[in-house]
Amino acid sequence: MPKDNGIGASPKRREDVRFLSGTGNYTDDIQVNGQAYVHFLRSDLAHAKINGINLDAALAMPGVIKIFTGTDFEGVGGIPCGWQVTDRHGEPMQEPAHPVLAQGKVRYVGDQIAAVVAETLEQARDAAEAIDVDLEELPAVVDMKAALADGATKVHDDLTSNLCYDWGFVEENKPAVDAAFEAAAHVTTLELRNNRLVANPMEPRVAIGDFNRATGDSTLYTTSQNPHVIRLLMGAFVLGIPEHKLRVVAPDVGGGFGTKIFHYAEEAFCTFAAKALNRAVKWTSTRSEAFISDAHGRDHVTKIELALDAENNFTAVRTDTHANMGAYLSTFAPSVPTWLHGTLMAGNYKTPLIYVNVKAVFTNTVPVDAYRGAGRPEATFQLERVVDKAARELGVDPIALRRQNFITEFPYATPVAVEYDTGDYHGTMDVLEKMADLSGFEARRKASEAKGKLRGFGVNCYIEACGIAPSNLVGQLGARAGLYESATVRVNATGGLVVMTGSHSHGQGHETSFPQVIAEMIGIDESMVEIVHGDTANTPMGMGTYGSRSIAVGGSAMVRATEKIIAKAKKIAAHLMEAADADIELKDGAFSVAGTDKSVAWGDVTLAAYVPHNYPLEDIEPGLEETAFYDPANFTYPSGAYACEVEVDPDTGKVTIEAFNAADDFGNIINPMIVDGQVHGGIGQGIGQALLENAAYDENGQLLSASYMDYAMPRASDVPFYGVDHSSQTPCTHNPLGVKGCGEAGAIGSPPAVINAVVDALRSGGHDIHHIDMPVSPSRVWQAMNG
Amino acid sequence: MSQVTMTVNGKEMSGDAEGRTLLSQFLRDTLDLTGTHVGCDTSQCGACVVHVDGVAVKACTMLAMEAEGASVDTIEGQAAPDGTLNALQQAFQDHHGLQCGFCTPGMIMSAADLLKNNPQPTEAEVRHHLEGNICRCTGYHNIVKAILAASGQDVSSIAAE
Repeated sequence: MPKDNGIGASPKRREDVRFLSGTGNYTDDIQVNGQAYVHFLRSDLAHAKINGINLDAALAMPGVIKIFTGTDFEGVGGIPCGWQVTDRHGEPMQEPAHPVLAQGKVRYVGDQIAAVVAETLEQARDAAEAIDVDLEELPAVVDMKAALADGATKVHDDLTSNLCYDWGFVEENKPAVDAAFEAAAHVTTLELRNNRLVANPMEPRVAIGDFNRATGDSTLYTTSQNPHVIRLLMGAFVLGIPEHKLRVVAPDVGGGFGTKIFHYAEEAFCTFAAKALNRAVKWTSTRSEAFISDAHGRDHVTKIELALDAENNFTAVRTDTHANMGAYLSTFAPSVPTWLHGTLMAGNYKTPLIYVNVKAVFTNTVPVDAYRGAGRPEATFQLERVVDKAARELGVDPIALRRQNFITEFPYATPVAVEYDTGDYHGTMDVLEKMADLSGFEARRKASEAKGKLRGFGVNCYIEACGIAPSNLVGQLGARAGLYESATVRVNATGGLVVMTGSHSHGQGHETSFPQVIAEMIGIDESMVEIVHGDTANTPMGMGTYGSRSIAVGGSAMVRATEKIIAKAKKIAAHLMEAADADIELKDGAFSVAGTDKSVAWGDVTLAAYVPHNYPLEDIEPGLEETAFYDPANFTYPSGAYACEVEVDPDTGKVTIEAFNAADDFGNIINPMIVDGQVHGGIGQGIGQALLENAAYDENGQLLSASYMDYAMPRASDVPFYGVDHSSQTPCTHNPLGVKGCGEAGAIGSPPAVINAVVDALRSGGHDIHHIDMPVSPSRVWQAMNG
Repeated sequence: MSQVTMTVNGKEMSGDAEGRTLLSQFLRDTLDLTGTHVGCDTSQCGACVVHVDGVAVKACTMLAMEAEGASVDTIEGQAAPDGTLNALQQAFQDHHGLQCGFCTPGMIMSAADLLKNNPQPTEAEVRHHLEGNICRCTGYHNIVKAILAASGQDVSSIAAE
């Protein structure tokens, strides 16, 4: 019988009640007394010189309080970048200034020129239309390779070129890798694009700045995945506000997927303007604004080569990638194509020699940063596509070729600087083969062919890295932040607990799953535990939620704090029962003395801690509250095998997903229901990337797909029910819960399975096709078949 | 500004609106019924679906003034007065049909409209009906499952929770 409490149970989510009844508290639901509204006038040109801004007519419009331009922010800090990459020659990356409002030039469609603050939102919008901006259009740089050509227009005049960095990894391996290619029996080469995406959490970004002149305190309400990070970046680097005078609140947040990690100019603006105007200032993004102001994701152009020996063993991998940074460096942008991508190029395979080259490029486009998976989807896609292509070139079974090259012994040190602690790649592939009913595929293909359709089966593996750590290592790699997590566990007198976590929940269900861990440790009901998150005023300094780190890092911090609580509670129990500390056992919410029938309840001990009449005051303090900061020893390495089955209509090129199965190894599982949901959502986004989504720019830097009319979000009818299985479990060896993280796996593992299946379908119809770039829209498929 | 009066969740409510004020804005900003969400500006996402005189409508496609005298039902009126979730809301919780919760009010109001007109929809009918409701979290798996379950159909054979 399944558990109904604690680790491994699937209690219904407690946060659902407020979300289902319309009583959530999202940032746009907050109305601060006396708030004014800001509307940003954004550039409609990709690259232009600002010759002048005439505000006279706009200032005369009804309700206008003040209009800010770049000159109001001279002397104010710029938006900082949180990661400095060192290039292959040992030089730091080129890092442009990133003003809150444009100064002198605009560099992408969406760049903020002016900010109108008015009594109502409509008045602010009306006034923005009356601003007269004299823009002198300059040539736009959109294509990455053109941006690096000699004589290309520079996005930033003060940089030497549009090259942010030229990164080689591992640089000293390059001669050996090149030699392995010279000696290879077979080399498979693939050139591809990992399409630019827009994260599109359903809740657009919102920021409300507030200022209390009596105390001098600033408050920012914002749609963030990591309020402490925003407080640090904005306070220390932009506005010069110390943390104790700045509170950042991220209440219910309607999805993040990476794009709400970053510190954005709108947050700094609202905080700055609230102080300048001595009243609250609110900004709510429209979806149209989101497309041209939320950091985008992916956008890599890659050539990958795989070398094999005569027995089809992988001997080397070599890649050459151009990664688009957009016009400015978003918070963690430089880390995505490097440390979150190059380090994953071994995949699930024991390839001994790997060399990754990444050129990060500035263009006149929206900044690009982490989107669900962040670097690992780009690594997985190219590797799993080239392995599939190699199998087809060599005439061997794609699954057999993968199995032959699997890493089977752990820990395993890859040639790209990471050490996988655990995994069982044959195990997940075994599960997948059963789920996907591989043996029945030929019959299904014949049935499709009888209907005039082509049917394809695609499989891929993935390895990913979650809970980026440890802090001292990532500091050496260029991170300008630590990557620990924190938790304060406060036990109340009558036995209930409040956990104040630095993790942030924006759909992941922490309010339900985190109490399961505490309930398991103490032996109490989950309803006795409450989770507090999202407010710097009442949670310890935390790094927030991204990179599938919450349970692996934040959960571990909570475990460490709870261990301290239990240790202290045992001392109190020992005193109450007149026994030695070492003899106290905690089980099912009661303390007992080993080998006796003496026992005190959890609530008796917690009450004694706060009413310390009979209490060892000379040895321990009253109260029962502990904080822990947890800094992991390593990443965690979830892995898995995914399979997709598609039908292609040869008349129209339309691809339909007939089946999708995912076998994951996430180590130990806290709440299976929530884990399944995370995988479903990731697969939905991966299918979206593979079939539908594309942030397309024209040669002038206009974003062509800048609304839901043009950017094809996956709808319910685009996807099937998914098969999900996480029964293959190799627990992480270096965190106390043995967990690995599950938030991004679906988005990392699914795109190559879809494309492998489409290629398989087309080849079954006699088309000599090895690759179609994502999204495989009907027109691209039809052209590939008929071109 | 003109005063607009409508019956919202069975209660008469009034407020000032400009001619251009959308029903979605009026519900959120004037009546403080913030359960109706706004996720786009092109009437694609469906987070703002409410019922106007018993018919599902994207509240961003109507002016507040067009709802003068109408009966409007929103997500806030779906649970019982004591807070007990209705069968559809409960099915969403039971089957993990929501994650961040932002699209959820629109999903519930849209699904309620489907089940009213088609009490036993097929999977394909559910997916087709949700064409105007975008969810970014769930991959739709558990939303479709929850709606089928709320219609009284056996969903035990559908993979996973």
